[in-house]
Amino acid sequence: MAVSLEDVRHVATLARLGLSDDRARALVAELNTILEHMDVLSKVETDGIEPVAGIGAAGTPLRPDSGPPDSLAHPIDAFAPRTADGFFLVPRLSTHEDPEEA
Amino acid sequence: MSNAADWSAAELRDAIARGELDPRDAARAALDRATAVGAGREGLNILLYQDDDCTERCRAVEYSVRDGTAGALAGVPVVVKDNIATTRLPTSCGSRILEGYVSPYAATAVARLEAAGAVVVAKSNMDEFAMGSSTENSAFGPARNPVAPDRVPGGSSGGSAAAVASGIVRIALGSETGGSVRQPAAFCGVVGVKPTYGRVSRYGLVAFASSLDQIGVFGRDVNDAATALRTIAGLDPRDSTSAADPVPDYPAAARGSLVGVVIGRPREYFPADLDPRIRTQCDRVLDAMRALGAEIRDVSLPHTGLAIQVYYIIAPAEASSNLARFDGVRYGLRIEGDGLRGMYEATRSRGFGPEVTRRILLGTYVLSAGYYDAYYRKAQQVRALIAGDFSKVFASGVHLLFTPTTPTPAFELGAKSDPYDMYLSDIFTCTANLAGVPAMSLPIGRVDGLPVGGQFIAPHFDERQMFVAAYALERVLGAEAHR
Repeated sequence: MAVSLEDVRHVATLARLGLSDDRARALVAELNTILEHMDVLSKVETDGIEPVAGIGAAGTPLRPDSGPPDSLAHPIDAFAPRTADGFFLVPRLSTHEDPEEA
Repeated sequence: MSNAADWSAAELRDAIARGELDPRDAARAALDRATAVGAGREGLNILLYQDDDCTERCRAVEYSVRDGTAGALAGVPVVVKDNIATTRLPTSCGSRILEGYVSPYAATAVARLEAAGAVVVAKSNMDEFAMGSSTENSAFGPARNPVAPDRVPGGSSGGSAAAVASGIVRIALGSETGGSVRQPAAFCGVVGVKPTYGRVSRYGLVAFASSLDQIGVFGRDVNDAATALRTIAGLDPRDSTSAADPVPDYPAAARGSLVGVVIGRPREYFPADLDPRIRTQCDRVLDAMRALGAEIRDVSLPHTGLAIQVYYIIAPAEASSNLARFDGVRYGLRIEGDGLRGMYEATRSRGFGPEVTRRILLGTYVLSAGYYDAYYRKAQQVRALIAGDFSKVFASGVHLLFTPTTPTPAFELGAKSDPYDMYLSDIFTCTANLAGVPAMSLPIGRVDGLPVGGQFIAPHFDERQMFVAAYALERVLGAEAHR
Protein backbone atom coordinates (compact mmCIF):
# COMPACT_ATOMS: atom_id res chain seq x y z
CA MET A 1 0.00 0.00 0.00
CA ALA A 2 2.40 2.67 -1.20
CA VAL A 3 1.59 6.29 -0.38
CA SER A 4 1.35 8.55 -3.44
CA LEU A 5 1.79 12.29 -3.76
CA GLU A 6 -1.97 12.47 -4.16
CA ASP A 7 -2.43 10.65 -0.85
CA VAL A 8 -0.12 13.10 0.93
CA ARG A 9 -2.02 16.03 -0.55
CA HIS A 10 -5.33 14.45 0.49
CA VAL A 11 -4.39 13.80 4.11
CA ALA A 12 -2.76 17.25 4.34
CA THR A 13 -6.08 18.73 3.31
CA LEU A 14 -7.90 16.63 5.91
CA ALA A 15 -5.37 17.69 8.56
CA ARG A 16 -5.50 21.38 7.54
CA LEU A 17 -1.78 21.49 6.83
CA GLY A 18 -0.40 23.57 3.99
CA LEU A 19 2.60 21.88 2.32
CA SER A 20 5.08 23.18 -0.23
CA ASP A 21 5.65 20.97 -3.29
CA ASP A 22 9.13 20.01 -2.08
CA ARG A 23 7.91 19.09 1.37
CA ALA A 24 4.99 17.08 -0.02
CA ARG A 25 7.37 15.07 -2.26
CA ALA A 26 9.76 14.44 0.64
CA LEU A 27 6.86 13.26 2.80
CA VAL A 28 5.88 10.65 0.20
CA ALA A 29 9.24 8.97 0.71
CA GLU A 30 9.25 9.45 4.50
CA LEU A 31 5.77 8.01 5.01
CA ASN A 32 6.44 5.07 2.69
CA THR A 33 9.64 4.23 4.58
CA ILE A 34 7.79 4.29 7.91
CA LEU A 35 4.77 2.36 6.63
CA GLU A 36 6.98 -0.37 5.13
CA HIS A 37 8.00 -1.24 8.69
CA MET A 38 4.32 -1.51 9.64
CA ASP A 39 3.59 -4.18 7.05
CA VAL A 40 4.75 -6.88 9.47
CA LEU A 41 1.48 -6.35 11.36
CA SER A 42 -0.54 -7.68 8.43
CA LYS A 43 1.06 -11.09 9.00
CA VAL A 44 -0.06 -11.31 12.64
CA GLU A 45 -3.02 -13.62 13.25
CA THR A 46 -5.66 -11.49 15.01
CA ASP A 47 -8.91 -13.27 14.18
CA GLY A 48 -11.23 -13.02 17.17
CA ILE A 49 -8.99 -10.53 19.01
CA GLU A 50 -10.98 -7.58 20.30
CA PRO A 51 -9.19 -4.30 19.53
CA VAL A 52 -8.15 -2.35 22.62
CA ALA A 53 -10.72 0.41 23.10
CA GLY A 54 -9.33 1.99 26.28
CA ILE A 55 -6.50 1.03 28.57
CA GLY A 56 -7.97 2.42 31.80
CA ALA A 57 -9.26 -0.16 34.27
CA ALA A 58 -12.35 1.67 35.46
CA GLY A 59 -14.33 2.35 32.30
CA THR A 60 -15.81 5.81 32.10
CA PRO A 61 -17.12 7.03 35.44
CA LEU A 62 -19.77 9.74 35.49
CA ARG A 63 -20.03 12.69 37.83
CA PRO A 64 -22.96 14.97 38.62
CA ASP A 65 -23.49 17.56 35.91
CA SER A 66 -23.50 20.43 38.35
CA GLY A 67 -21.37 23.16 39.84
CA PRO A 68 -19.81 26.24 38.30
CA PRO A 69 -17.06 25.99 35.67
CA ASP A 70 -13.49 26.29 36.90
CA SER A 71 -12.37 29.86 37.20
CA LEU A 72 -9.51 30.86 34.91
CA ALA A 73 -6.33 32.46 36.20
CA HIS A 74 -6.14 34.68 33.11
CA PRO A 75 -8.92 36.21 30.94
CA ILE A 76 -9.27 34.77 27.43
CA ASP A 77 -7.84 37.88 25.77
CA ALA A 78 -4.58 37.11 27.58
CA PHE A 79 -4.03 33.94 25.52
CA ALA A 80 -6.32 33.99 22.45
CA PRO A 81 -5.09 35.47 19.16
CA ARG A 82 -8.21 37.64 18.66
CA THR A 83 -11.24 38.18 20.88
CA ALA A 84 -14.16 40.58 21.27
CA ASP A 85 -16.58 40.82 24.21
CA GLY A 86 -15.44 37.46 25.59
CA PHE A 87 -15.74 35.66 22.23
CA PHE A 88 -13.02 34.19 20.01
CA LEU A 89 -12.88 35.92 16.62
CA VAL A 90 -12.31 33.89 13.46
CA PRO A 91 -11.84 35.08 9.88
CA ARG A 92 -14.96 35.40 7.76
CA LEU A 93 -15.98 32.12 6.13
CA SER A 94 -15.18 32.47 2.43
CA THR A 95 -17.99 31.50 0.09
CA HIS A 96 -15.55 29.84 -2.34
CA GLU A 97 -14.52 27.22 0.20
CA ASP A 98 -15.69 23.74 -0.68
CA PRO A 99 -18.01 22.37 2.00
CA GLU A 100 -17.48 18.82 0.67
CA GLU A 101 -13.95 18.77 2.07
CA ALA A 102 -15.02 19.30 5.65
CA MET B 1 26.96 24.86 55.20
CA SER B 2 26.82 22.78 52.02
CA ASN B 3 24.99 24.06 48.96
CA ALA B 4 21.23 23.54 49.34
CA ALA B 5 21.11 22.47 45.70
CA ASP B 6 22.97 19.29 46.75
CA TRP B 7 20.47 18.25 49.41
CA SER B 8 17.89 15.55 48.84
CA ALA B 9 14.23 16.59 48.64
CA ALA B 10 13.63 15.18 52.13
CA GLU B 11 16.66 17.00 53.59
CA LEU B 12 15.59 20.27 52.02
CA ARG B 13 12.02 19.89 53.21
CA ASP B 14 13.06 19.04 56.78
CA ALA B 15 15.53 21.93 57.01
CA ILE B 16 12.84 24.33 55.77
CA ALA B 17 10.17 22.87 58.06
CA ARG B 18 12.54 23.30 61.04
CA GLY B 19 13.08 26.93 60.07
CA GLU B 20 16.78 26.34 59.38
CA LEU B 21 16.60 27.15 55.68
CA ASP B 22 14.69 29.97 54.01
CA PRO B 23 12.68 28.62 51.04
CA ARG B 24 13.89 31.67 49.03
CA ASP B 25 17.45 30.45 49.53
CA ALA B 26 16.49 26.97 48.32
CA ALA B 27 14.91 28.44 45.16
CA ARG B 28 17.88 30.76 44.69
CA ALA B 29 20.34 27.86 45.05
CA ALA B 30 18.47 25.99 42.29
CA LEU B 31 18.50 28.98 39.92
CA ASP B 32 22.16 29.73 40.74
CA ARG B 33 22.98 26.13 39.88
CA ALA B 34 21.07 26.53 36.60
CA THR B 35 23.28 29.51 35.78
CA ALA B 36 26.44 27.71 36.87
CA VAL B 37 25.80 24.67 34.64
CA GLY B 38 24.67 26.81 31.68
CA ALA B 39 21.08 25.57 31.56
CA GLY B 40 19.94 28.37 29.22
CA ARG B 41 19.72 28.69 25.44
CA GLU B 42 23.40 29.34 24.89
CA GLY B 43 24.48 26.38 27.01
CA LEU B 44 22.81 23.01 27.63
CA ASN B 45 19.45 24.51 26.62
CA ILE B 46 17.56 22.41 29.15
CA LEU B 47 15.37 25.14 30.67
CA LEU B 48 13.06 27.31 28.56
CA TYR B 49 11.49 29.56 31.21
CA GLN B 50 12.61 30.41 34.75
CA ASP B 51 10.65 31.97 37.57
CA ASP B 52 13.11 34.45 39.02
CA ASP B 53 10.61 35.74 41.54
CA CYS B 54 9.22 32.94 43.64
CA THR B 55 8.60 35.33 46.56
CA GLU B 56 4.87 34.78 46.71
CA ARG B 57 5.17 30.98 46.63
CA CYS B 58 7.95 31.04 49.23
CA ARG B 59 5.87 33.24 51.51
CA ALA B 60 3.07 30.67 51.42
CA VAL B 61 5.61 28.00 52.37
CA GLU B 62 6.78 30.15 55.28
CA TYR B 63 3.22 30.53 56.54
CA SER B 64 2.79 26.76 56.45
CA VAL B 65 6.01 26.33 58.45
CA ARG B 66 4.78 28.80 61.07
CA ASP B 67 1.38 27.05 61.24
CA GLY B 68 3.02 23.68 61.62
CA THR B 69 1.34 22.52 58.38
CA ALA B 70 4.44 22.28 56.15
CA GLY B 71 3.77 19.76 53.38
CA ALA B 72 5.87 16.82 52.20
CA LEU B 73 7.72 19.06 49.72
CA ALA B 74 7.72 22.36 51.64
CA GLY B 75 10.08 24.72 49.84
CA VAL B 76 11.49 22.04 47.52
CA PRO B 77 12.27 23.56 44.10
CA VAL B 78 10.96 21.57 41.14
CA VAL B 79 11.14 21.78 37.35
CA VAL B 80 8.11 21.03 35.15
CA LYS B 81 8.11 19.87 31.54
CA ASP B 82 6.87 22.49 29.10
CA ASN B 83 3.73 20.50 28.17
CA ILE B 84 2.29 20.53 31.71
CA ALA B 85 0.15 23.56 32.48
CA THR B 86 1.38 26.21 34.90
CA THR B 87 -0.21 29.62 35.42
CA ARG B 88 2.94 31.67 36.16
CA LEU B 89 5.26 30.34 33.47
CA PRO B 90 4.44 29.64 29.79
CA THR B 91 3.35 26.19 28.55
CA SER B 92 4.59 26.06 24.97
CA CYS B 93 5.15 22.29 24.42
CA GLY B 94 8.47 23.12 22.79
CA SER B 95 6.47 24.46 19.83
CA ARG B 96 6.22 27.72 17.89
CA ILE B 97 2.46 27.25 17.75
CA LEU B 98 2.22 27.78 21.53
CA GLU B 99 5.16 30.13 21.98
CA GLY B 100 4.42 32.49 24.87
CA TYR B 101 1.13 30.77 25.80
CA VAL B 102 0.41 31.00 29.52
CA SER B 103 -2.27 28.55 30.67
CA PRO B 104 -5.32 29.94 32.47
CA TYR B 105 -5.30 26.89 34.77
CA ALA B 106 -2.72 24.63 36.39
CA ALA B 107 -2.36 20.90 35.86
CA THR B 108 -3.57 18.79 38.78
CA ALA B 109 -0.06 17.33 39.20
CA VAL B 110 1.38 20.84 39.48
CA ALA B 111 -1.39 21.96 41.85
CA ARG B 112 -0.71 18.94 44.08
CA LEU B 113 3.04 19.58 44.12
CA GLU B 114 2.37 23.20 45.07
CA ALA B 115 -0.18 22.20 47.71
CA ALA B 116 2.60 20.07 49.25
CA GLY B 117 4.83 23.16 49.28
CA ALA B 118 6.95 22.62 46.16
CA VAL B 119 8.14 25.71 44.29
CA VAL B 120 8.12 25.53 40.47
CA VAL B 121 11.32 27.31 39.43
CA ALA B 122 11.43 26.51 35.70
CA LYS B 123 9.84 24.84 32.67
CA SER B 124 12.05 22.43 30.77
CA ASN B 125 12.88 21.91 27.12
CA MET B 126 11.31 18.96 25.28
CA ASP B 127 10.71 17.50 21.85
CA GLU B 128 7.87 19.44 20.25
CA PHE B 129 4.56 18.09 21.59
CA ALA B 130 6.60 15.25 23.17
CA MET B 131 7.28 13.73 19.73
CA GLY B 132 10.85 12.55 19.84
CA SER B 133 13.46 10.60 21.76
CA SER B 134 16.32 13.10 21.95
CA THR B 135 14.95 16.62 22.66
CA GLU B 136 16.40 17.60 19.27
CA ASN B 137 12.87 18.25 17.92
CA SER B 138 12.30 21.31 20.12
CA ALA B 139 11.38 24.49 18.24
CA PHE B 140 13.70 26.24 20.70
CA GLY B 141 16.78 24.25 19.78
CA PRO B 142 18.18 20.93 20.94
CA ALA B 143 19.01 20.24 24.58
CA ARG B 144 22.31 18.66 25.57
CA ASN B 145 23.17 15.93 28.04
CA PRO B 146 24.89 17.42 31.13
CA VAL B 147 26.95 14.22 31.53
CA ALA B 148 28.34 14.48 27.97
CA PRO B 149 27.31 17.71 26.20
CA ASP B 150 28.04 16.31 22.73
CA ARG B 151 25.26 13.75 23.40
CA VAL B 152 21.48 14.04 23.59
CA PRO B 153 19.76 13.91 26.97
CA GLY B 154 17.10 11.59 25.52
CA GLY B 155 13.52 12.62 25.10
CA SER B 156 11.01 13.75 24.95
CA SER B 157 11.37 14.91 28.58
CA GLY B 158 15.11 15.55 28.07
CA GLY B 159 15.12 18.97 29.75
CA SER B 160 13.57 17.64 32.97
CA ALA B 161 15.96 14.68 33.14
CA ALA B 162 18.93 16.95 32.50
CA ALA B 163 17.76 19.47 35.14
CA VAL B 164 17.83 16.70 37.75
CA ALA B 165 21.10 15.21 36.47
CA SER B 166 22.87 18.57 36.57
CA GLY B 167 21.81 19.17 40.18
CA ILE B 168 19.44 22.09 39.55
CA VAL B 169 16.57 20.29 41.28
CA ARG B 170 16.02 16.92 42.94
CA ILE B 171 12.54 16.46 41.46
CA ALA B 172 11.09 17.21 38.03
CA LEU B 173 7.88 16.34 36.21
CA GLY B 174 7.94 14.78 32.77
CA SER B 175 5.41 13.01 30.61
CA GLU B 176 5.39 9.62 28.92
CA THR B 177 3.71 8.37 25.80
CA GLY B 178 6.25 5.73 24.73
CA GLY B 179 9.17 6.09 27.14
CA SER B 180 9.68 9.84 27.35
CA VAL B 181 10.54 9.76 31.07
CA ARG B 182 12.41 6.45 31.36
CA GLN B 183 14.61 6.85 28.27
CA PRO B 184 15.97 10.31 29.21
CA ALA B 185 16.32 9.14 32.83
CA ALA B 186 18.54 6.32 31.55
CA PHE B 187 20.56 8.64 29.29
CA CYS B 188 21.14 11.21 32.06
CA GLY B 189 21.68 8.83 35.00
CA VAL B 190 18.64 9.68 37.12
CA VAL B 191 15.52 7.86 38.32
CA GLY B 192 12.42 8.11 36.10
CA VAL B 193 8.98 6.66 36.80
CA LYS B 194 6.05 6.09 34.47
CA PRO B 195 3.07 5.28 36.68
CA THR B 196 0.17 3.01 35.76
CA TYR B 197 -2.20 4.57 33.24
CA GLY B 198 -4.74 6.32 35.46
CA ARG B 199 -2.51 6.61 38.52
CA VAL B 200 -1.80 10.32 37.94
CA SER B 201 -4.32 12.81 36.58
CA ARG B 202 -3.70 14.00 33.03
CA TYR B 203 -5.66 17.19 33.67
CA GLY B 204 -3.44 20.00 32.38
CA LEU B 205 -1.10 17.69 30.46
CA VAL B 206 -1.34 18.83 26.84
CA ALA B 207 -2.69 15.74 25.07
CA PHE B 208 -0.51 13.87 22.57
CA ALA B 209 -1.93 10.32 22.53
CA SER B 210 -4.59 10.11 25.20
CA SER B 211 -4.67 6.33 25.64
CA LEU B 212 -0.89 6.28 26.24
CA ASP B 213 -0.06 9.62 27.92
CA GLN B 214 0.81 9.71 31.59
CA ILE B 215 2.65 12.26 33.74
CA GLY B 216 5.79 10.82 35.30
CA VAL B 217 8.44 11.92 37.78
CA PHE B 218 12.20 12.26 37.83
CA GLY B 219 14.25 12.02 41.00
CA ARG B 220 17.95 12.27 41.68
CA ASP B 221 17.50 9.15 43.78
CA VAL B 222 14.72 6.66 44.41
CA ASN B 223 13.39 8.49 47.46
CA ASP B 224 13.03 11.78 45.58
CA ALA B 225 10.99 10.00 42.90
CA ALA B 226 8.90 8.05 45.44
CA THR B 227 8.09 11.24 47.36
CA ALA B 228 7.11 13.08 44.20
CA LEU B 229 4.87 10.28 42.89
CA ARG B 230 3.11 9.89 46.23
CA THR B 231 2.36 13.62 46.14
CA ILE B 232 0.82 13.76 42.65
CA ALA B 233 -0.92 10.36 42.43
CA GLY B 234 -4.58 9.62 43.04
CA LEU B 235 -8.11 10.15 41.75
CA ASP B 236 -8.95 13.49 40.17
CA PRO B 237 -12.56 14.29 39.24
CA ARG B 238 -11.18 16.44 36.38
CA ASP B 239 -9.72 13.37 34.61
CA SER B 240 -12.27 10.60 34.10
CA THR B 241 -9.45 8.14 33.31
CA SER B 242 -7.77 8.71 36.68
CA ALA B 243 -8.19 5.78 39.04
CA ALA B 244 -9.67 5.60 42.53
CA ASP B 245 -7.19 2.95 43.72
CA PRO B 246 -5.64 3.97 47.05
CA VAL B 247 -2.12 5.46 46.79
CA PRO B 248 0.41 3.58 48.93
CA ASP B 249 3.14 5.31 50.91
CA TYR B 250 5.87 4.81 48.30
CA PRO B 251 8.75 6.10 50.47
CA ALA B 252 7.82 3.38 52.99
CA ALA B 253 8.89 0.85 50.34
CA ALA B 254 12.44 1.66 51.48
CA ARG B 255 11.83 -0.79 54.31
CA GLY B 256 10.77 -3.57 51.93
CA SER B 257 12.76 -6.66 51.06
CA LEU B 258 13.45 -8.65 47.90
CA VAL B 259 13.37 -11.98 49.72
CA GLY B 260 10.93 -14.23 47.86
CA VAL B 261 10.24 -11.67 45.13
CA VAL B 262 10.09 -13.28 41.67
CA ILE B 263 11.75 -11.14 39.01
CA GLY B 264 11.21 -12.05 35.38
CA ARG B 265 13.94 -11.60 32.78
CA PRO B 266 12.08 -11.35 29.46
CA ARG B 267 14.27 -12.80 26.72
CA GLU B 268 12.93 -10.42 24.07
CA TYR B 269 14.58 -7.51 25.92
CA PHE B 270 17.99 -9.18 25.81
CA PRO B 271 18.39 -9.79 22.05
CA ALA B 272 21.61 -11.18 20.59
CA ASP B 273 22.58 -7.77 19.22
CA LEU B 274 22.15 -5.94 22.55
CA ASP B 275 25.17 -3.75 23.36
CA PRO B 276 27.34 -6.25 25.33
CA ARG B 277 28.32 -3.57 27.83
CA ILE B 278 24.66 -2.99 28.67
CA ARG B 279 24.09 -6.73 28.94
CA THR B 280 26.98 -6.97 31.41
CA GLN B 281 25.54 -4.18 33.57
CA CYS B 282 22.13 -5.87 33.58
CA ASP B 283 23.63 -9.25 34.49
CA ARG B 284 25.40 -7.59 37.42
CA VAL B 285 22.06 -6.19 38.62
CA LEU B 286 20.33 -9.56 38.29
CA ASP B 287 23.13 -11.17 40.34
CA ALA B 288 22.77 -8.45 42.98
CA MET B 289 19.01 -9.01 43.25
CA ARG B 290 19.56 -12.77 43.49
CA ALA B 291 21.96 -12.13 46.36
CA LEU B 292 19.24 -10.04 48.05
CA GLY B 293 16.90 -13.03 48.03
CA ALA B 294 15.00 -12.54 44.79
CA GLU B 295 14.26 -15.41 42.43
CA ILE B 296 15.25 -14.61 38.84
CA ARG B 297 13.10 -16.37 36.27
CA ASP B 298 13.47 -16.39 32.46
CA VAL B 299 10.18 -15.39 30.86
CA SER B 300 8.85 -14.49 27.42
CA LEU B 301 6.69 -11.63 26.15
CA PRO B 302 6.34 -12.97 22.62
CA HIS B 303 4.69 -9.94 20.95
CA THR B 304 7.37 -7.45 22.05
CA GLY B 305 8.84 -7.29 18.55
CA LEU B 306 5.63 -5.70 17.23
CA ALA B 307 5.41 -2.93 19.80
CA ILE B 308 7.22 -0.18 17.86
CA GLN B 309 4.99 -0.71 14.84
CA VAL B 310 1.83 -0.70 16.95
CA TYR B 311 2.98 2.34 18.89
CA TYR B 312 3.82 4.34 15.76
CA ILE B 313 0.35 3.73 14.37
CA ILE B 314 -1.68 4.39 17.51
CA ALA B 315 0.27 7.38 18.85
CA PRO B 316 0.23 9.39 15.57
CA ALA B 317 -3.45 8.48 15.02
CA GLU B 318 -4.43 9.88 18.41
CA ALA B 319 -2.10 12.85 17.92
CA SER B 320 -3.68 13.76 14.59
CA SER B 321 -6.97 14.13 16.43
CA ASN B 322 -5.65 15.82 19.59
CA LEU B 323 -3.54 18.37 17.72
CA ALA B 324 -6.50 19.49 15.61
CA ARG B 325 -7.24 22.01 18.38
CA PHE B 326 -4.16 24.07 17.46
CA ASP B 327 -5.80 26.08 14.71
CA GLY B 328 -5.10 29.72 15.50
CA VAL B 329 -8.51 30.36 17.05
CA ARG B 330 -8.39 29.93 20.81
CA TYR B 331 -4.72 30.11 21.81
CA GLY B 332 -1.23 30.46 20.48
CA LEU B 333 -0.03 31.43 17.04
CA ARG B 334 -2.28 32.77 14.27
CA ILE B 335 -1.06 33.38 10.73
CA GLU B 336 -3.67 35.05 8.56
CA GLY B 337 -4.47 33.37 5.23
CA ASP B 338 -7.21 33.26 2.65
CA GLY B 339 -10.36 32.97 4.74
CA LEU B 340 -10.84 30.63 7.68
CA ARG B 341 -9.38 27.61 5.95
CA GLY B 342 -6.36 29.56 4.75
CA MET B 343 -5.78 30.76 8.31
CA TYR B 344 -5.91 27.17 9.63
CA GLU B 345 -3.43 25.91 7.05
CA ALA B 346 -1.04 28.85 7.36
CA THR B 347 -1.06 28.71 11.16
CA ARG B 348 -0.52 24.98 11.40
CA SER B 349 2.12 24.83 8.67
CA ARG B 350 4.13 27.63 10.23
CA GLY B 351 3.50 26.57 13.83
CA PHE B 352 4.35 22.85 13.71
CA GLY B 353 7.86 21.51 13.11
CA PRO B 354 8.78 18.67 10.70
CA GLU B 355 8.32 15.71 13.09
CA VAL B 356 4.92 16.92 14.31
CA THR B 357 3.80 17.48 10.72
CA ARG B 358 5.02 14.00 9.75
CA ARG B 359 3.15 12.35 12.61
CA ILE B 360 -0.08 14.28 12.01
CA LEU B 361 -0.02 13.16 8.37
CA LEU B 362 0.86 9.57 9.31
CA GLY B 363 -1.94 9.54 11.88
CA THR B 364 -4.46 11.05 9.47
CA TYR B 365 -3.44 8.50 6.83
CA VAL B 366 -3.86 5.42 9.06
CA LEU B 367 -7.28 6.67 10.19
CA SER B 368 -8.50 7.58 6.72
CA ALA B 369 -11.05 5.66 4.70
CA GLY B 370 -9.60 2.51 3.18
CA TYR B 371 -6.67 2.24 5.58
CA TYR B 372 -8.35 2.23 8.99
CA ASP B 373 -8.79 -1.56 9.19
CA ALA B 374 -5.36 -2.39 7.79
CA TYR B 375 -3.48 -0.10 10.13
CA TYR B 376 -5.40 1.35 13.06
CA ARG B 377 -7.78 -1.52 13.86
CA LYS B 378 -4.99 -4.04 13.32
CA ALA B 379 -2.69 -2.10 15.65
CA GLN B 380 -5.35 -2.02 18.37
CA GLN B 381 -5.73 -5.81 18.05
CA VAL B 382 -1.99 -6.40 18.32
CA ARG B 383 -1.94 -3.98 21.25
CA ALA B 384 -4.36 -6.37 22.98
CA LEU B 385 -1.86 -9.21 22.36
CA ILE B 386 1.00 -7.14 23.84
CA ALA B 387 -1.08 -6.28 26.92
CA GLY B 388 -2.00 -9.97 27.17
CA ASP B 389 1.70 -10.93 27.28
CA PHE B 390 2.11 -8.88 30.46
CA SER B 391 -1.10 -10.20 32.03
CA LYS B 392 0.00 -13.79 31.43
CA VAL B 393 3.49 -13.39 32.82
CA PHE B 394 2.27 -11.56 35.94
CA ALA B 395 -0.50 -14.15 36.44
CA SER B 396 2.18 -16.86 36.41
CA GLY B 397 3.60 -15.64 39.72
CA VAL B 398 6.16 -13.11 38.47
CA HIS B 399 6.08 -9.95 40.60
CA LEU B 400 8.31 -7.69 38.50
CA LEU B 401 10.20 -7.66 35.23
CA PHE B 402 13.74 -6.40 34.84
CA THR B 403 15.15 -5.21 31.48
CA PRO B 404 17.58 -2.66 30.09
CA THR B 405 15.80 0.70 29.64
CA THR B 406 17.43 1.43 26.28
CA PRO B 407 19.41 -0.62 23.73
CA THR B 408 22.31 1.90 23.79
CA PRO B 409 23.63 4.71 25.99
CA ALA B 410 23.03 8.36 24.95
CA PHE B 411 23.90 8.96 21.30
CA GLU B 412 25.52 12.03 19.76
CA LEU B 413 23.46 15.00 18.62
CA GLY B 414 22.50 14.55 14.98
CA ALA B 415 23.35 10.83 14.98
CA LYS B 416 19.85 9.66 14.05
CA SER B 417 18.54 11.41 10.97
CA ASP B 418 16.19 8.61 9.83
CA PRO B 419 12.86 8.95 11.69
CA TYR B 420 12.35 5.19 12.06
CA ASP B 421 15.87 4.76 13.44
CA MET B 422 14.97 7.32 16.12
CA TYR B 423 11.69 5.50 16.83
CA LEU B 424 13.68 2.36 17.71
CA SER B 425 15.05 4.22 20.77
CA ASP B 426 11.69 3.42 22.43
CA ILE B 427 11.86 -0.32 21.74
CA PHE B 428 12.14 -1.41 25.41
CA THR B 429 9.87 1.27 26.83
CA CYS B 430 6.78 1.68 24.64
CA THR B 431 5.41 -1.75 25.61
CA ALA B 432 4.56 -0.52 29.12
CA ASN B 433 2.60 2.41 27.67
CA LEU B 434 0.71 0.12 25.29
CA ALA B 435 -0.23 -2.19 28.18
CA GLY B 436 -0.82 0.65 30.68
CA VAL B 437 1.47 -0.96 33.28
CA PRO B 438 3.87 1.02 35.51
CA ALA B 439 7.61 1.04 34.83
CA MET B 440 10.68 2.87 36.03
CA SER B 441 14.29 3.38 35.05
CA LEU B 442 17.10 3.69 37.54
CA PRO B 443 20.83 4.20 37.05
CA ILE B 444 22.71 0.89 37.23
CA GLY B 445 26.19 1.92 36.12
CA ARG B 446 28.15 3.46 33.28
CA VAL B 447 29.75 2.45 29.99
CA ASP B 448 32.54 4.71 28.74
CA GLY B 449 31.40 7.33 31.23
CA LEU B 450 27.80 7.29 29.95
CA PRO B 451 24.92 6.33 32.26
CA VAL B 452 23.04 3.06 31.76
CA GLY B 453 19.48 2.56 32.97
CA GLY B 454 17.83 -0.61 34.21
CA GLN B 455 14.06 -0.91 33.96
CA PHE B 456 11.48 -2.46 36.27
CA ILE B 457 7.99 -3.17 34.96
CA ALA B 458 5.20 -4.10 37.39
CA PRO B 459 1.53 -5.16 37.25
CA HIS B 460 -1.12 -2.43 37.08
CA PHE B 461 -1.10 -0.20 40.19
CA ASP B 462 1.82 -2.05 41.82
CA GLU B 463 4.32 0.82 41.71
CA ARG B 464 5.11 -0.01 45.32
CA GLN B 465 6.76 -3.30 44.30
CA MET B 466 8.99 -1.42 41.82
CA PHE B 467 10.03 0.98 44.56
CA VAL B 468 10.87 -1.90 46.94
CA ALA B 469 13.24 -3.32 44.32
CA ALA B 470 14.65 0.09 43.37
CA TYR B 471 15.41 1.08 46.96
CA ALA B 472 17.07 -2.29 47.62
CA LEU B 473 19.11 -2.11 44.44
CA GLU B 474 20.14 1.48 45.04
CA ARG B 475 21.54 0.52 48.44
CA VAL B 476 23.64 -2.24 46.88
CA LEU B 477 24.81 -0.41 43.78
CA GLY B 478 25.74 2.63 45.83
CA ALA B 479 26.32 6.17 44.75
CA GLU B 480 28.57 5.37 41.80
CA ALA B 481 25.59 4.31 39.71
CA HIS B 482 24.15 7.82 40.10
CA ARG B 483 27.16 9.94 39.35
